Formats: sequence, structure tokens, C-alpha cells
Amino acid sequence: MPQTITYREALNQALREEMRRDPNVFIIGEEVAEYGGAYKVTEGLLEEFGHERVIDTPISEEAIVGTGIGSAMVGLRPVVELMTINFSLLALDQIVNHAAKLRYMSGGQVMVPVTIRAPQGAGLQLGAQHSQNLEAWYAHVPGLKVVIPGTPADAKGLLKSAIRDNNPVMFLEHEILYGTKGEVPDEEHTVPIGVAEVERTGKDLTLISYSRMRTLCVKAADQLAEDGIEAEVIDVRTLKPLDAETLVNSVKKTHRAIVVEEDWRFAGMGAQIVDKITLEAFDYLDAPIARIAAADVPMPYSKQLEQLALPSVDEIVSTARKLAGR
Amino acid sequence: MDAAEPRLIETKTDFLEMYRKMVLIRTFEEKTPEMYTKGKIGGFLHLYSGQEAVGVGFISALREGDYVIGAYREHGQAIARGTDPKLVMAELFGKATGVSKGKGGSMHMFDVKRGFLGGHGIVGGGMPLAVGVGLAIRYRKTDQVCVCFFGDGAVNEGAFHEALNMVALWKLPVIYVLENNLYGMGTAVYRASAIPDLIKRAGCYDIEREQVDGMDLIAVREVADRAVRIAREDNEPRFIEAITYRYRGHSISDPGTYRTKEEIEEWRKRDPITRMENYLKENHMITDEEIKAAHDEAAARVQEAVDFAEQSPFPPPDALYENIYAP
Repeated sequence: MPQTITYREALNQALREEMRRDPNVFIIGEEVAEYGGAYKVTEGLLEEFGHERVIDTPISEEAIVGTGIGSAMVGLRPVVELMTINFSLLALDQIVNHAAKLRYMSGGQVMVPVTIRAPQGAGLQLGAQHSQNLEAWYAHVPGLKVVIPGTPADAKGLLKSAIRDNNPVMFLEHEILYGTKGEVPDEEHTVPIGVAEVERTGKDLTLISYSRMRTLCVKAADQLAEDGIEAEVIDVRTLKPLDAETLVNSVKKTHRAIVVEEDWRFAGMGAQIVDKITLEAFDYLDAPIARIAAADVPMPYSKQLEQLALPSVDEIVSTARKLAGR
Repeated sequence: MDAAEPRLIETKTDFLEMYRKMVLIRTFEEKTPEMYTKGKIGGFLHLYSGQEAVGVGFISALREGDYVIGAYREHGQAIARGTDPKLVMAELFGKATGVSKGKGGSMHMFDVKRGFLGGHGIVGGGMPLAVGVGLAIRYRKTDQVCVCFFGDGAVNEGAFHEALNMVALWKLPVIYVLENNLYGMGTAVYRASAIPDLIKRAGCYDIEREQVDGMDLIAVREVADRAVRIAREDNEPRFIEAITYRYRGHSISDPGTYRTKEEIEEWRKRDPITRMENYLKENHMITDEEIKAAHDEAAARVQEAVDFAEQSPFPPPDALYENIYAP
């Protein structure tokens, strides 16, 4: 029997189960213990595992991440929580210059099994410094894996896989998704890193997205179905390594695609996805691949302006109609 | 010093071993510019000549199982920890037999089975890693310690302050060793630090601290023994400032216009190797023949290292994509 739980509860279950399974797993970050997490993802874990394994830190992102990396270098499996991805910029040196490179530049002697969790995303009127989507930044760096779940089931299954992975994983959650519900298997549930999910099949075009944009694509596909347009919806789920095969196979079938992302359009993640499909399936395309992304602006505070900057279901539907010639 | 405190290094064997390590490191370092000029070594090359007593003094105070984190002037520290000079030279040559398989270079020597955790090229970047190593030691309740070396340039990085605060707050067995060689690249300490008496920085975090003459091996070793014992037994961090000097430039390409020949000569008069030689001779622990033998043996080992590096293969093209991710 599947349970219906929130994205937040799914993450909490993953953490709890992995900490029970492996004594080397511990949590470190700002407000993760006594406060229960800024977004309450770690709630109740202090009570079960104590202060030795659920560690509150000062506001020192560079050293928090460095502490995780250092402990991983000598065999622990830290889960670092950054309060938001925006604060990861203070830890960029540790993530990019250290976590991502230690294995390579040590000739394979070092392993860095650290999971760095951080919520990101816009839509809550948090203004320019608290509304960013930085997945493309991290996907750019060899040595990092980038995982970005869009459903409670994937949140749980991918977090468990990230914790068990022997590499640094950027685990990017979405602030707006924390309260959304979905079915999650009751039994042991993992989702492999590097495998996209075909949410629904269709023959007319492919909607490619991840994180919260998956929800928009599903709604758009429902509307398009009313017009007789059958959209295939793919949730990439892992940005690095990218499951190009699933995307390419879909496009070879539908001949049209739209990539929907919440990060900035310029040098955004979608550009890389388009590049991959174009290189491998150019001859199958009946139209240029369309991209729907956030406007290239620092996120404004005002609700009306913020919504204007973000992709919408309407935009996906109208782009799809145009692409399908209807 | 407390009478009950174990006097580490009273034995002649310890003294001679540390002395020979310093000679080996100096000989190794002084060979590398020639190899650089010949085009055998590329990239940056930061030499440890002059600072040997700091690395040897601290690392010789450690046990097997302890950890060392270096910065980018770390060839000598790897050798002090027991890494074969052949593997260090081969790494400098970018060969597959190098200690980091030719993937790291001068700044990224790793010898993990000896607890030597790099080789880090970002100023101050190793300091947060040491917090993590210290945390892991506490987590597992072992009696290991971690020594983390960094330079005077690092004290003005955020990582320095974040890391010191955390080891002090959590009482972790980390010994931070500030190698103050008076210049961060070409900038003298007094031109970069509002408080040039750098040991005061550790005071902000109430970490027990000591300053030591980094040109005096015996003094360094005594301070190191004390720091290691306290870190190991009492699970407390320590902060040591070793005042030292590098004879060569910041890196191989440094023209050295920011300091005078006279200054360098003054510091050479305090050379840690000569000083140790004099001490050993005065105390009848070494003969002139044995001194010569130590230098000859070092020269032979360094030549052997050069030959080994020379004859080793470069990494194959397949190595390009190896070890980006762990299986």
C-alpha cells in the first residue's frame, strides 16, 4: 500500500531511514537540530538520534560544507543542509574547489560521499537574494552529481540514493513543493540517480522538465489532451549525470520538444538539454526545440512581476499548440 | 614543562632521524628548480626550503593513523610523513607513478594511507576540511588528531575564522599550525593584517595558543608534542604560530623584488638544518663524517627520485576520464 505524504515528510523519512541503516550518516547544518530545520525537513530527528548525529552549526556556510567534506574524506556520510541554495554561494569554494575535485586530483585516493541538500526556487515573494535556481551552476562542474526531485516519491527515493552514493551530490529541493502530497511506497524505496522518469507517454510532443516545473507540465499536458494533443511528459530528476537516452528516444518518437525550467534562460540547464538532443536526434526533429525558462532578471518582490518572470501553464500550452501546429 | 610530561625527543635516534628528514627535504626542494628549468616540471612550484623544521617537527610528533592537511607548499610535509620522494618527484613530473597519479601536481600531493589528506591550493581552503576530520574523530571516539598547516595569508580568509570558531566551539582534536613566513606571496604581513601579531587571532576564539621559533627544530618538536598530547588526551584544539622564512620566492616564478638580499641572508644565518647540525655536534651526537653521509644519502635519494620520475610513463589518455566519480 502506498502512503500519501508530503514532499517534506518524504525527505524526513529518507533521512530517518538512512540514519537508522548506517551509523556513519549524520546531519549537519543551520537550525537542523533544535529548530527542526528552517523548512522542518529534519523535524524529530534530534529526538531520535541526539546531538551527536544532528548537529546545529553557526552561520558559517563555507565551514559547514567544508566540515561535511572533511568528515566524508575519512569515511563518514554527512548530509549537509544549507538553508537555501542562495547561501551555497558562500560555500562555493568548498563545493567546487574541494568536494568536486578531491577524488580526481588525488588520483582516486579520496572519496567524498557528502550529500548537500538545499531548497531553491521562486514564487514566494522572497525577493532577488532568496529566489534563485542554481542547478546549472553545479551541473557545470565535473565531479558533482546534481539531483532535483519533483515529487514526494522521488524526493524520498533519490535522497536515499544520494546518501548511499560515494560522490558529492547536490540535492536540490523546491521550497514550494515541501507541502505538496503524493504517493510514496510503504516499503523500502530508492530511485536510481541518473534515470529520468516518463510521467506519461504521448505521441505529439515531449515536455521535458524537473522539480516544480514538472507539476506545470503535467497540468499543461492535461489541457493539451482536451485539444487532442498527446504530450509525453518527462521528469529528468537527475541533471548530472543526465539520462540523455530517455530524452532522445522520446524525441525520436514525438519529433517535437519543449524544455521547461525555472532557472534563468541564458546558459540555463535547458540549453544543455537542447544541445544533447540536437546532437543526437537532429534528423528526427520537425521543429526547433522550444525553451521556456525564467526571465533573465533578478527576481522582483512584487507578486505580479514575480509571476511574470516565471514560466506558467498557459505559456507551456500556447507554445505546445504552436509547435504542434494547432 | 611539567616533570611528568613525557620528554619525547631525548633520544639520539629521534634527533638524527628528524635531522636527516630535513636534509632530505632541503635536497629535494633544491633539486626541483633545475628540473623546472629543464621543462620536466610545469605549473606552480612553491618550495619549502627554510621552513623544514616546522613540517618535520610537527609531523614527527604524530602517530600512524593521525591526519595531516597541508596547503600548497607541501612537498616537504608529504616527505616528512613518509611518502617516498620518488613518488613526490614523479608527481611533479606529471607521471602516472606520482603519488596522485600525475593528476595533482605540486599543490596536490595526497597520500591517504599515511593520513596525508592533501595538498590544497586555495588559501585557507584546507582549514574547514580539518574541522570535518576533527569532527569525524570525535564521532568515532578514537584518539587520533589532525594537524592542519596554513600560511600567514590564510588568516584574512573567512575560512580561517569560520573554522577556528567551530573547532573551539565543538572542542575538536585539531592542531592548526600557522607557518608565518612573513609574506603572503609578495605582501608582508604588516601590509595585510591590521593586527600583525597573528597569534592574537586565535585569541578571538579562546583557543590555547603558542608561538614558536620555526627555525628551531627542537623547539618546534617540543611545542608539537605538547599540542598533540593535549589534542589527543583532552580533545581540544590548539593553535601554533611558527615564525619561519622561505628562502626562495613564493613560487618558482617570483622575482622577489619585495624583500632584500640582506634580509634573506639574515634568515639563512638561522637555518634550521645548520642549527640542528651544530646542536648535534655540540652534544656529540653526530660526527662530521655522519653529517656528510646524511647529505650524500639525501643527494642519492633525490637523484634516485629524479631517475624514477624520468623513467616513469606519463598517464595514458584513458586516465583523463578516470576518477572523476567514485564507483
